[in-house]
Amino acid sequence: MGERVDVRKTYKLFIGGAWPRSESGRSYEVMSADGKFIANAARASRKDLRDAVAAARKAWPKWAGLTAYNRGQILYRVGEVMESRRAELIHEVERAEQDQGRHRPDPAESQVDEAIDTWVWYAGLTDKLAYMAGGLNPVAGPYFNISVPEPTGVAGIVCPERPSLGGSCARLAAALCGGNAVVAVASEKHPLPAITMSECFATSDLPPGVANILTGHKEELVPVLAAHGDVDAIDVTGVASKDLETVEAAAAANVKRIVRAGAAGQTRPDRRTQPARSPYEATAFMEIKTVWHPKGA
Amino acid sequence: MPTWDYAPAPESTDIVSIRDTYGLFIGGEWVEPTSKHYSKTINPATEEVLAAVSVAGEQDVERAVEGARKAFGTWSAIRPADRAKYLFRIARVMQERARELAVLETMNGGKPIRESRDVDVPLAAAHFFYYAGWADKLEYAFPGRRAEPLGVAAQVIPWNFPLLMLAWKIAPALAAGNTVVLKPAETTPLTALMWATICEEVELPPGVVNIVTGAGATGAALVRHPDLDKVAFTGSTEVGKEIQRAIAGTKVHLTLELGGKAANIVFEDAALDQAVEGVVNGIFFNQGHVCCAGSRLLVQESVAERLLGKLKRRLGTLRLGDPLDKNTDIGAINSRAQLDKIKSLVDSGVDEGADMYQAPCELPAQGFWFPPTVFTGVSQSHRIATEEIFGPVLSVLTFRTPQEAIDKANNTPYGLSAGVWTEKGSRILWMADRLRAGVVWANTFNRFDPASAFGGYKESGFGREGGPQGLSSYLRLTEP
Repeated sequence: MGERVDVRKTYKLFIGGAWPRSESGRSYEVMSADGKFIANAARASRKDLRDAVAAARKAWPKWAGLTAYNRGQILYRVGEVMESRRAELIHEVERAEQDQGRHRPDPAESQVDEAIDTWVWYAGLTDKLAYMAGGLNPVAGPYFNISVPEPTGVAGIVCPERPSLGGSCARLAAALCGGNAVVAVASEKHPLPAITMSECFATSDLPPGVANILTGHKEELVPVLAAHGDVDAIDVTGVASKDLETVEAAAAANVKRIVRAGAAGQTRPDRRTQPARSPYEATAFMEIKTVWHPKGA
Repeated sequence: MPTWDYAPAPESTDIVSIRDTYGLFIGGEWVEPTSKHYSKTINPATEEVLAAVSVAGEQDVERAVEGARKAFGTWSAIRPADRAKYLFRIARVMQERARELAVLETMNGGKPIRESRDVDVPLAAAHFFYYAGWADKLEYAFPGRRAEPLGVAAQVIPWNFPLLMLAWKIAPALAAGNTVVLKPAETTPLTALMWATICEEVELPPGVVNIVTGAGATGAALVRHPDLDKVAFTGSTEVGKEIQRAIAGTKVHLTLELGGKAANIVFEDAALDQAVEGVVNGIFFNQGHVCCAGSRLLVQESVAERLLGKLKRRLGTLRLGDPLDKNTDIGAINSRAQLDKIKSLVDSGVDEGADMYQAPCELPAQGFWFPPTVFTGVSQSHRIATEEIFGPVLSVLTFRTPQEAIDKANNTPYGLSAGVWTEKGSRILWMADRLRAGVVWANTFNRFDPASAFGGYKESGFGREGGPQGLSSYLRLTEP
C-alpha cells in the first residue's frame, strides 16, 4: 500500500454565492513565497466581472435592508467560521507570503488572528454607525431633522497584494458593515486566501451575491471595475500607485466615491499584518441622508 | 367688479453702491488682473450693465493660490478661539449689511427680493455663525481622531445662490483652519465681491480668503492648480466629472455638489392644498434654478386630476416680474444662455409628445423670462423627465403604489433630493428609507439649515455641506 493520494482543491471565482470557473476558461499559476507552484487560480475575464456586478446589484437591496443587528450577527458568524478554519487559513497565508516559522510570533498566525478579529470588530459596529456618523440636527425652525448614514450601494474593492488575507478581510468587512454589496478583486500574487475566505462567507448566512470575489490580473479587471456604471464606489487600496490616475479618472464616469484604507488615519492593531480598522473606514462606503419633517399640532 | 391688483412695491436700490470696475481680491488687496481682461456683469431682469469685473487668467490664479498658501501658515496656527471670533464677526456684519447684500443679490442674479432677503442672506450669515462655533471645538467633532486643516482649498460656486454657496464653501473651510481661493460664477460675481469688503471690515488676515472672478476657463485653471489640497465644486454633473478626472491620482481632497432631478411624490391622502404649495415651492423657488428642485411631480393616480386642477389655479396667481418688487414670486432667468437651455428642453418636451401648460402671464419686454410651465402626459424616457432643466418647468408623472413611486423616483442617475407628501407617518418613514437621495423633505420642501447635512447620492456628487459632516470635508483626520 502506497501513501494516500490527497484530494487537491480547485480554486475558483466566487460570484452570486457560487464558485464558477472563469467563463473564459482561463487560469494562472499561483506560486509560493519560495517560488514553488501552489495551485491554479481562475483568471477572471471582464465578463466575469460584469456578472459579479450584476449579482452584487441584485443582492444589495436585501443586505442593505436587513437590520443593523442582523448584519452584525452575520458578520460575527463569518468570524466564527473563519476561527474554525484557523489552521487552514494560517497554512494558506504562510505558504503564500513567507517562509514558515522564520519569525516569532509567526506573521501568518497573527495575520489570520487579526483578520478574524476584524470580522468580530465590524460585527459589533453595524448598529453604532448611525450614532457615530449621524444624529438629530438642531435646525432653526419647527422641523424634525435627522441625518443617518446609508450604504453607498455596490462597492468595488481592489484588495491590497499583502497582507493577502488580512487586507481583503479588512476592506470587505468595512464595506459590508454599512450594508454595501461588494465586488472584490483579490490580491493578484496571493489570491488563494481570499477564495478560502469566500467559503467562510458561504457558510455564514451572508446572502448570495452580497460579496463576490474575483481572482486574475488586476491590469485586466480593475479598469473595467473602475469604469462600470453600476458600481457606486471603488476602493483603490490595492491599486499600484502608477495606475491610480487612470483608475480614478475612469471612476469619474459615474461620479464614483473613491475610497482608500487609512484615509481617516490608521488605527491598526498591528501595522505589518492588518490595514486600517475604524468606523471611518466603514463610513467611507456610506452616504449621509437627511430627512426633514415639520412639527405641528 | 373692483379689481384687487397689487400696487408696485419695489425695494429701493439706493442702499447698494456698486463700483464701476472690480479688481481681484488677492492677499487682502484689490488687484488688477494681469490678464487685463474685464467682462460686464448685468442685471438679468433689465439687461442693464452693473459693473465691469476682472477675468482672472492663469497668472492671477497663480497669485491667488500663492496668497492663500502664504496665509495658511498663520491662519491654521492662530488660536482656534480667535479663528472663531473672526467668523463670528463676519456673520454679524453680514446680518448688519443684510439689506445691501439682498438687494445686490437680486440685482445681479434676478431672484425675487423676498427670497434673497428671507432665505439667501439670513442662511448665509447663519452658516458663518454655525461654523464659527466649530472652529475651537474640532477635537470634539470626530471621536478618536486629531483634526487638522487640509491647507489651501479651491472653491468654485454656481450662479443660483451666489452668496449662500459662498457661505457653504467658505465658512467650514475657514473654521477648520484652511485658506481659500473662491471663484464665483461668471454671471453673479457681485455679492462675493461685496462680501470681500466685509472681510476687510472685520480685518480678516490677508490671504485667508482670495476671490478670483471669471468664467469657465478661470475655474478650470483654478481647480487644476498643482498647489491645492482641496477642491470643492458646486455646479453641473458634467463639469463635476471633468474636475474629478482632472485631479485623479493626486492627493487633492474633493467634494462635489452636482445636478439633480428630484421627485416630489404626492400620495392620495396628502393634505392637497399644502402639497400644492410644496410643489410650487419645490419647482418655482428661484425660478427653478435649484439643484434640488422638485422637477418631477409624481402624483398618485387617484388624485392626479384634482391636484393638477389646484396646481394650475395656483400657477395663475403666481406673480412674475420685477425681482426687486416685494410681491414678486417669479423673478428673471439668470442669463440668456440659461434661458436658451430652458427653451430648448421645453421644445423637446413638446416634440416628444408631452402636453404643456403655461400660466397666463405677461413677460416683461426687457430681460430674460420664462413663465411657470407644467408638462403632463410625460413618460419616464422623455428628456424633460430625465435631464436637469434648471428652470421653472415641472414634469408630471403618475403612480399607483408606493413601490411604483419609489421605482420611478429612483429611476435617475441623480440622487440629490426628494419630497414625500402623505399624512401617514409610517409611509413617510418607509419612503424615506428607500429613496436614494441625500435629502428627503416630508410634507415640506426646499428647507436648508447650517446644522443639517446637505448633499447627493450617485451622480449628484459626494461629500456634505452643513453640520459636522460638512466640517469633515475640510479636515484631515489622523491618529492622535
